[in-house]
Amino acid sequence: MPLARTLEEALAPITDGCMLVVPREVTGVAMEATRALVHRGVKHLHLVTMPTSSLQADLLIGAGCVDTLETSAVSLGEFGPAPRFTAAVLAGTLQVKDATCPALHAALQASEQGVPFMPLRGLIGSDILEQREDWRAIENPFGDNDPIVLLPALKPDVALFHAPMADKLGNVWIGRQRELVTMAHAAAKTVVTVETVHDGNLLDDPVLAAGTLPGFYVGAVVVAARGAWPLPLPDYYAVDEGHLAEYASLAATAEGFAKYLDKYVHARRAA
Amino acid sequence: MRGAPPETFREEELLADVIAGLIGDVRHVAVGNASPIPAAAALLARERGGGRPYVSLLQSRKHNFFTDGGRELFDCAAQGRIDVFFLSGGQIDGAGNVNLVSVGDFRRPKARFPGSFGSAHLYFVVPKVILFRTEHSRRSLVEKVDFISAPGRSPPNVYRPGGPVALVTNRCLFGFDRTRGRFRLESVHPGHTTEEVIEHTGFDFDRPAHVPVTTSPSAETLRQLREVVAPELAEAYPQFARTVFGIGLRQAG
Repeated sequence: MPLARTLEEALAPITDGCMLVVPREVTGVAMEATRALVHRGVKHLHLVTMPTSSLQADLLIGAGCVDTLETSAVSLGEFGPAPRFTAAVLAGTLQVKDATCPALHAALQASEQGVPFMPLRGLIGSDILEQREDWRAIENPFGDNDPIVLLPALKPDVALFHAPMADKLGNVWIGRQRELVTMAHAAAKTVVTVETVHDGNLLDDPVLAAGTLPGFYVGAVVVAARGAWPLPLPDYYAVDEGHLAEYASLAATAEGFAKYLDKYVHARRAA
Repeated sequence: MRGAPPETFREEELLADVIAGLIGDVRHVAVGNASPIPAAAALLARERGGGRPYVSLLQSRKHNFFTDGGRELFDCAAQGRIDVFFLSGGQIDGAGNVNLVSVGDFRRPKARFPGSFGSAHLYFVVPKVILFRTEHSRRSLVEKVDFISAPGRSPPNVYRPGGPVALVTNRCLFGFDRTRGRFRLESVHPGHTTEEVIEHTGFDFDRPAHVPVTTSPSAETLRQLREVVAPELAEAYPQFARTVFGIGLRQAG
């Protein structure tokens, strides 16, 4: 599978209305790709965060790209609440399927294993379970009066993330960010942006191979240097604190958010 | 008591000391996202224990041994391999229910919080869950939460080795009685009073005739927090480390 020539070409599988799964804020978020999607004006996404998100979900929601959000939490962490997410929920313009972190991991693992559901402890007596019509508690068939929750398999159309490197065969080195592998196994297609292209085959070296997602699972790879910015790429670069502070301040209002989009999304992509 | 003159300390340092005391002698303490004070407490407990307990900070690269992705923390907890975890809540009620989702009717909320994170699972499976909330008010400590992210107690047939043991706030320390499903005021922090705690707490709680004052951190604890813990925290919580301890950001990676 050759490398895609442009980011736009690599992002073609992410169509309006698709179910898109993205990783949590510190494990390799494809932010340059996200800006390209916003610039393109993707609509009606069913966004699944694995299992939480920060700037990425807030940006997509604020730009009107998301109809349904399945998440365990959206927040800017030390920089406060995610302002566009909060505003959309309060305005009633976003459907939120509230989850809890291990439930999202488990529901993706069900897809990964090709089984229809996965059981999970906890949840019973919570309103998280109460408001999820698609989750249900059953009696443990191997137990005695032991209720347990079943989660249906979550099968995203596309997984999107950013990683340190890929080779020309489409193998992607993800290191210890193993949830990226689960996402790719579970999704129908996987789109990856990378910092650099590795010369050779990542699977030839056993040390690298252990942290490699085989190209077999990867639909498109494209180079996007500093593609996680302003979020961190673990072991490579840190979060850009100043930028997140600027975002938190601008995105506090709809007007400020529009300014942010002009400056950091549309102007950058048009350049 | 040491002979040294009383040290001045910050509220965050007192709370970290209180939480470190609650952690006790355990093997593995895990700390979720956006929890700098519990993270400081866990690192303090580790410093006091000469390298134990194991501390896993979900938000950190350095203080995090997991190699099997985000699910490993939850798998670890579900197996009983995590002894202590921390939860907060936009609302916490007198029965130990935690709300991390919304205020008002869930379908048309008046306020929205980030979301439940791992609470709806970890509250059930981690033996010692320490609740913390630095805003002790009738807005945050309510009679009944508007949305249950995770319940304080469960019926006897529900698998539940875990649950709350205490609630630490900026004003006091409550213990939680799992049998009765109620909080009990254990101590009031220096500079605060029982009357003030009653006034600012939205739920009813038990209390002894005489409520002790929370012990202030010792000079040695303050030294450990400032010299050992603070630099370690800066990687995962740069803003907190800078504001509380005056520690600058070090580049990660």
